Amino acid sequence: MSRPHDMGGQVGGDRVKPAPDGIAGYDAPWHRTALGLTLAAGGLGAWTIDEARAARERLADYPRMTYYEKWIAALANLLVEKGLVARAELAAGTADAAPLSSRAFTAEKVAPALSRGTPYSRPGPAPRFAVGDRVTTRHPAANAFVAGGHTRLPAYAEGKPGRVILSHGPHVFPDRNAHGLGEAPEPLYTILFRAADLWKTPENPDDEVTLDLWESYLAPA
Amino acid sequence: MPHDHPHDEPHSLLPSDPALRVKALQTILVRKGLVDPAAMEAILDTYETRVGPHLGAKVVARAWADAAFRVRLLADANAAMLELGISGRQGEHVVAVENSAHQHNMVVCTLCSCYPWPLLGIPPAWYKSDAYRKRAVREPRAVLADFGVTLPEGTAVRVWDSTAEVRYLVIPQRPRGTEGWDEARLATLVTRDSMIGTGFPREAGA
Repeated sequence: MSRPHDMGGQVGGDRVKPAPDGIAGYDAPWHRTALGLTLAAGGLGAWTIDEARAARERLADYPRMTYYEKWIAALANLLVEKGLVARAELAAGTADAAPLSSRAFTAEKVAPALSRGTPYSRPGPAPRFAVGDRVTTRHPAANAFVAGGHTRLPAYAEGKPGRVILSHGPHVFPDRNAHGLGEAPEPLYTILFRAADLWKTPENPDDEVTLDLWESYLAPA
Repeated sequence: MPHDHPHDEPHSLLPSDPALRVKALQTILVRKGLVDPAAMEAILDTYETRVGPHLGAKVVARAWADAAFRVRLLADANAAMLELGISGRQGEHVVAVENSAHQHNMVVCTLCSCYPWPLLGIPPAWYKSDAYRKRAVREPRAVLADFGVTLPEGTAVRVWDSTAEVRYLVIPQRPRGTEGWDEARLATLVTRDSMIGTGFPREAGA
């Protein structure tokens, strides 16, 4: 299963190009529209953040697309999957005029919705691990319910020893929620890894990496 | 699951030029009444004029100036942010992590582009780049060098890879020579990159 989005730790990336301080701008005018359109359409509430991430990850052209190209392609695919837009409308580049849908994200909803956000913590099972516990991550990094499905364990951290440093309580579980299988909350932890346990030749043996991982990704060490 | 044929994907029906495909999708969604153009403008206006790194800077400056606030921020960042009226989407579960002489914190999202929007606004392009996502976890010091940052001897790097809905705010070390400065003046030293961990704050008098 190729997971092109799972690129952490890959060797041979380009130089990172810093940007001026302050509010980030757009590299092209259409990026502005892509951002606004994606957030406004997200306000329809027709898909979850996990479904949106999964839709971007499974784009066949993911490795060749730029950031906002992925957003727009995934948005078009989701709109069709959810029955909101027809393929014929995409092909025509237009649609019959209709009044504003009652589901649409309207201007007066914007400020309260953006400042409230959408918490992902839920009531759920008591944590099995305590801060300080030693754990080992699942190997391989893969969705246990849907073959080739969405998961948030990066491949660079599969089968690695780590230690619990934060316990966040139950959170919505992406491996299920991304596939319409319900929120299935699981305890979420921040796990600390030694760079020396992740990489054969770490830049510095004292460096560390943390990951936020759900309980079913972890086994007692 | 994965589509083997990109041309089966609905998006391939849109024009191939990115600007034209965005325009076409916008036309469709607005005509169908699924997107309110006024809502779209309100969202963009929020992140172009009101929500950005100046908000994170207020939090950092208060943590520098007010020891009790710093303790509350490190214990429960969202509650502390609310004291300053700061909350919102992509910042529902914030953890503040503090730099010290021994530990430098740096934030990445290797799987996508998770970022604390209510504190820092829209992520800069480099944060979302393949280069940063690939390299930050394996060679953070080489990435820091791209930003002109060299850590002192004896400082370890801790890279926080945001793989869930927890968002991280780096609290940089307070610059020397700022004793007695008020919060507003301190905030002028706090850069966006210093709150991601790819930079230091400005120096006093710089």
